[in-house]
Amino acid sequence: MFDSLLQLISESGFAGFFSNPDGWRNLVMIALACWLLYLGIKKQYEPLLMVGIAVGCLLANVSSVFMTSDGSLPDALYHQSLWDAFLDHSSPYYHDYGHILATGGLIDILYIGVKAGIYPCLIFMGIGAMTDFGPLISNPKSLLLGAAAQFGVFFAFFGANLLGFDAQQSASIGIIGGADGPTAILTTTKLAPELLGPIAVAAYSYMALIPMIQPPIMKALTTEKERSVKMTQLREVNKTEKILFPIIVTIFVVLLLPSTAPLIGCLMFGNLLKESGVTERLSDVAQNALMNIVTLFLGISVGATMVGSRFLQLDTIKIVVLGLIAFAFSTIGGLLVGKLMYKLSGGKINPLIGSAGVSAVPMAARVSQREGQKANPSNFLLMHAMGPNVAGVIGSAIAAGFLIKMFGG
Amino acid sequence: MSFALAEEIVSEATEQVAEAAEAATKRMTLDMGNNLLYAVLGYLVVFVGLTLLMAVIIIVGKIMVAKAKKPAAAPAAETAKAAVPEAPKQLAPGSAGDVKLYDTDPRDAAMIMAIVADKLQKPLNELRFVSIKEVK
Repeated sequence: MFDSLLQLISESGFAGFFSNPDGWRNLVMIALACWLLYLGIKKQYEPLLMVGIAVGCLLANVSSVFMTSDGSLPDALYHQSLWDAFLDHSSPYYHDYGHILATGGLIDILYIGVKAGIYPCLIFMGIGAMTDFGPLISNPKSLLLGAAAQFGVFFAFFGANLLGFDAQQSASIGIIGGADGPTAILTTTKLAPELLGPIAVAAYSYMALIPMIQPPIMKALTTEKERSVKMTQLREVNKTEKILFPIIVTIFVVLLLPSTAPLIGCLMFGNLLKESGVTERLSDVAQNALMNIVTLFLGISVGATMVGSRFLQLDTIKIVVLGLIAFAFSTIGGLLVGKLMYKLSGGKINPLIGSAGVSAVPMAARVSQREGQKANPSNFLLMHAMGPNVAGVIGSAIAAGFLIKMFGG
Repeated sequence: MSFALAEEIVSEATEQVAEAAEAATKRMTLDMGNNLLYAVLGYLVVFVGLTLLMAVIIIVGKIMVAKAKKPAAAPAAETAKAAVPEAPKQLAPGSAGDVKLYDTDPRDAAMIMAIVADKLQKPLNELRFVSIKEVK
């Protein structure tokens, strides 16, 4: 009786925390997952993805505790070893999705969508179907602000290289500065899949923290007079222009940088569904049902990569710090070009809209609106800031395309 | 003999695939100069790409604005010619005509009409206001 009880305890996951060499790491990760759940549910930090990521992390680490003596995880939902073999060119299972399907758990199978770059692109399709590019079309100069706000991407890329990361890892860390979750996930999956967990968490956490990260930088770099500038109303954009826009952008950007095709192609396809006016049902599916399903799969499968043995490393802390630097410098880049445009336009452009060039739509534009209204209560910058905001989405996709092209092998 | 040859070809091909895979997944380390070069080049590519896109969108926008002005300008010119003696006033669809205002601001009149329509629970275009006068 007593022996049976002892056996039950020793085979339980609780004992696994102490008997398994990586058990304590799993315990820490379970605590981290609970903290992420708190941030997502209570603080509402990007809850749609954060809750999924946290649950994925929780499930992966809870089931990792039950490792058998030969190192296998018979009941696990996610198997890091399968994906290591998938990426190891000397393994017989190198790039073998069949092996994953045959032996993997639920999250392994869902993760195929991340690995193959399907989820980020489908999310981009949904974003395209939800985005109104009207403010950008009526004020194309916004594209310059969207470009300027990619400064943080390349600054963090440079910094990561200096800190000892290789070029692929640096590119993946740098793209956090694009403030675009799907782009960061796609780039990391292609260049440095081993960093996917920390990069996804850093990207989504900082996107949620934009209302805290950006305002101090905005105040430091602009004067009260600049912040209170009221911008003139944007011209009205007709339907034909809105239909032509996604077609032109697809042709132009993809011809310029073919590696942007998956992201830009899907973004603009989604937008064309919305603007054409003849595919309402498809547009509705892209921005609601499909987007929700993919967000669900993406969150849980990205979260599952946060296995304790891989996540709890010094590199994770470096990534978190570099991600913050990337965000800050992207904001600075946008603001500085915004200030330049303010000078060149004779004070007609409010430089605050520059910070919205980091893509995080529409959070960054809302921050510009709020700061502008603080300086001048009759100021309505939202629509003006939406131009650079959506330009930032295109900008970060081009930056990702460049990095994938250069370091993707 | 032929089996041995086939085996050799297969093993050679496998080695080549493995080498290609290794090359594809090979990690690059950059020295300081190249690191800076890639960073600057990347930023430049984003800027140039979006600047060119901006130029294209400006051109398309100008064409659209010009096109929109043309048909609007043509009927305007025709009506200007025809309307020399007396231009019949165009009423808004569903409108019962003008309302005469005596000592009343148009803004106040619009407000009064909206309030009346709301109180009567009837659409504004189903009501007829003949005149509104301020009682002093």
